[in-house]
Amino acid sequence: MIDAVNIRKDFSILNTTVYGKPLIYLDNAATAQKPECVIQTIDELYRTCNANIHRGVHFLSEQCTEKYEQSREKVRQFINAEKKSEIIFTSGTTGSINMVAASFGERFVSEGDEIIISEMEHHSNIVPWQLLCERKNAVIKVIPFDDKGVLRIDLLDSLITERTKIIALTHASNVLGTVNPIKEIITKAHLHNIPVLVDGAQAVPHGNVDVCDLDCDFYVFSGHKLYAPTGIGILYGKEKLLEQMPPYQGGGDMISTVTFEKTAYAQLPLKFEAGTLNFIDAIALGVAIDYINKTGRQNILNYENKLLDYATKRLASVEGLKIYGEASEKVAIVSFLLKNIHHLDTGMILDKQGIAVRTGTLCTEPLLTHFSKTGLVRASFAFYNTFDEIDALCEALEKISLMFK
Amino acid sequence: MTINEKQNQIIEEFSVFTEWIDKYEYLIELGKNLTIIDEKNKTEQNLIKGCQSRVWIDAEYVDGKIIYKADSDAIITKGIISLLISVMSERKPEEIINADLFFIEKTGLHENLSPTRANGLLAMVKQMKLYALAFENIQKNKL
Repeated sequence: MIDAVNIRKDFSILNTTVYGKPLIYLDNAATAQKPECVIQTIDELYRTCNANIHRGVHFLSEQCTEKYEQSREKVRQFINAEKKSEIIFTSGTTGSINMVAASFGERFVSEGDEIIISEMEHHSNIVPWQLLCERKNAVIKVIPFDDKGVLRIDLLDSLITERTKIIALTHASNVLGTVNPIKEIITKAHLHNIPVLVDGAQAVPHGNVDVCDLDCDFYVFSGHKLYAPTGIGILYGKEKLLEQMPPYQGGGDMISTVTFEKTAYAQLPLKFEAGTLNFIDAIALGVAIDYINKTGRQNILNYENKLLDYATKRLASVEGLKIYGEASEKVAIVSFLLKNIHHLDTGMILDKQGIAVRTGTLCTEPLLTHFSKTGLVRASFAFYNTFDEIDALCEALEKISLMFK
Repeated sequence: MTINEKQNQIIEEFSVFTEWIDKYEYLIELGKNLTIIDEKNKTEQNLIKGCQSRVWIDAEYVDGKIIYKADSDAIITKGIISLLISVMSERKPEEIINADLFFIEKTGLHENLSPTRANGLLAMVKQMKLYALAFENIQKNKL
């Protein structure tokens, strides 16, 4: 069981006061706070172990390389990938999707081919595919969702054709919170030999992810939403696909031999890790994973589900408040609007109460178009949030409601 | 009242508020009372697109003075617009061009007009001054 009072001691930023009020941080879906062990790791590495990886024969370089590769192994175990070579360090979810769209797209997508995404995707799982489609004259097809925020997978069959080259879907919506039936979709896609990329940015922090069990072809996520530093992320890809894909960027570390006539590329995963990677933060990502494992992923999931249930009930009781996203299975995200009150007004007043939420399009304009809205307010929770904080949010919202009467 | 006298008056009004919530309540009231731009003038051309709230602004030149009309879909933004209009509207172009809007800093509203805020207000101030420059040019060309 999670003891939030004790857990909060590991996150010193949570003691911050803003405008003289204690900070209530409910913007975890945008980025999560970092535990002391992650911050200390970065500090220590720069003080004691900073040397460029993979190339040096000297002591520090070898030590740093070892830690970097250990971190890769921790990530492998964390998502239960079969091989370490299938784990590629990237700059984050966006970097990973762009890498697949460019490299997989270069190899496998041609004019007239089709890519299936969904109506609830984050812009970073839309725009890279659009860029690819512009280059290749390919077409994007969209799986819609219903008014409760549930994906219409009954329509998937009608969208799949022999020109479908890849399906790219979010595991959990960053706005609606909906957890999509990814496994079912992958099984269906594989019947047609269509690979599936899963955007796990919002799912990985909230529960167990097993890429072998899902049988997904690509799984991508960011470190910074997983209590790790910014600027580091993961692309998991099945070896047989990664082997067939051309390198995304050229540079050092991704080659085996270089001549002006012909360059031979390095083996996986280095083939996709050109240049000096963000190795310090990659190591810190491993430390964040240790921290999550120590806390217990099931404990985190259970506690966050309780927060979500409580928040949903409490928020629904605020007069005039409408929640967007009512799927039966959700991650701890609640998006809403107060009747007739602009999301920016709500967000600005909450801010002055010390409550940090996200407002606006939430990087999902097509999703908002579904509801004919220009923006929403989003509260997103982590395992260091408390039930008292949810009460404080709801009380502040009730007050705002009165101010606008 | 000069631009600076009007600004001092606003600063005085704001000086009674010790809590942010009171400032916002006042801005909400101002926002409700703003003389808004005609619906037909809420055009794409008059729209200043912030990331989060939309602001429309239009200007007329009447008897040597500029009259601004504006609106926003967010009411606090509208309240701040109302203050800007009360300072800048119905004045000669040169007064507007040379105006130093010190009341923004003194009332603590500056953070709402910082370039990182996505509410379109900073662009609105710029747009008000651009209108003044344009009307001044028209006036000069006529002479």
